[in-house]
Amino acid sequence: MARVVVDVMLKPEILDPQGQAVQRALPRLGFEGISDVRQGKRFELEVDGPVDEAALARIHDLAESFLANTVIEDFTVRVDEVAEAAK
Amino acid sequence: MTARIGVVTFPGSLDDRDTQRAIRLAGAEPVALWHKDKDLHQVDAVVLPGGFSYGDYLRAGAISRFSPVMETVIEQARAGLPVLGICNGFQILTEAHLLPGGMLGNDHLHFICRDQKLRVENADTAWTVDYEQGQEIHIPLKNMDGRYVADQYTLDKLEAEGRVAFRYLDFNPNGSLNDIAGITNEAGNVVGLMPHPEHATEPLIGTGRTDGLPFFTSILKKLVTA
Repeated sequence: MARVVVDVMLKPEILDPQGQAVQRALPRLGFEGISDVRQGKRFELEVDGPVDEAALARIHDLAESFLANTVIEDFTVRVDEVAEAAK
Repeated sequence: MTARIGVVTFPGSLDDRDTQRAIRLAGAEPVALWHKDKDLHQVDAVVLPGGFSYGDYLRAGAISRFSPVMETVIEQARAGLPVLGICNGFQILTEAHLLPGGMLGNDHLHFICRDQKLRVENADTAWTVDYEQGQEIHIPLKNMDGRYVADQYTLDKLEAEGRVAFRYLDFNPNGSLNDIAGITNEAGNVVGLMPHPEHATEPLIGTGRTDGLPFFTSILKKLVTA
């Protein structure tokens, strides 16, 4: 088993009111100097069998067609090296 | 014989029965369609109703868009079948890429429920021929994810081609770009909007007006005279 992580973020030009609400709360909590926050989604996929190029290509297709809506979101796919090394 | 208009029920649909009732009030025959059934049972048009299908998990409409019934709806909509998406139905249509752009959470981060004033910007679609171009209507709006977004190229194209079908008037309830409340595809057979015409079809309830009824008489007229 291996873990593949898909990160999904709103495209940079799209307003993220959730991120803004988080950012606005920061000074009240004593965190200064953070000018912008954007909030996204992280999917952790536990994959049976080897994570080879073919498996990554399939996950890329899954992310593109389902986990992200590429009209409004960008995504990245990566193998979770930390989870791998801990085994 | 009157027109048969299908209304899809997804797990989490809320307004399927109200939509069936609106169709009946307009003089057409409502046909209940089930999300797991690919068969559209020879309907002449389909309405995807409001609600929170699959709990809006992942993104509103993202999971429903892959349901068996949608395979057929997508295929036939591309071939000209009239399809109306109301609220969650609109979200499903953008997720299915039958309509451009996408839907995100309201900019104020709250659920909103109000009587909303709209302008009918395109009275030529299959679902709007019984309105006057530029007519102002009041119908209920109730949603969490009502913010219509698209890139500038798409917005410019929609505006240039007259494909913004409905625009919010006086108040933009969710941060939708260009005050867009609803849009149509190029052919005019697929229309989606956030507000709920099916809740404004009888004087006794809703806004006390019947401003939503022409959606359903429009499609009936279109199908019967076709």
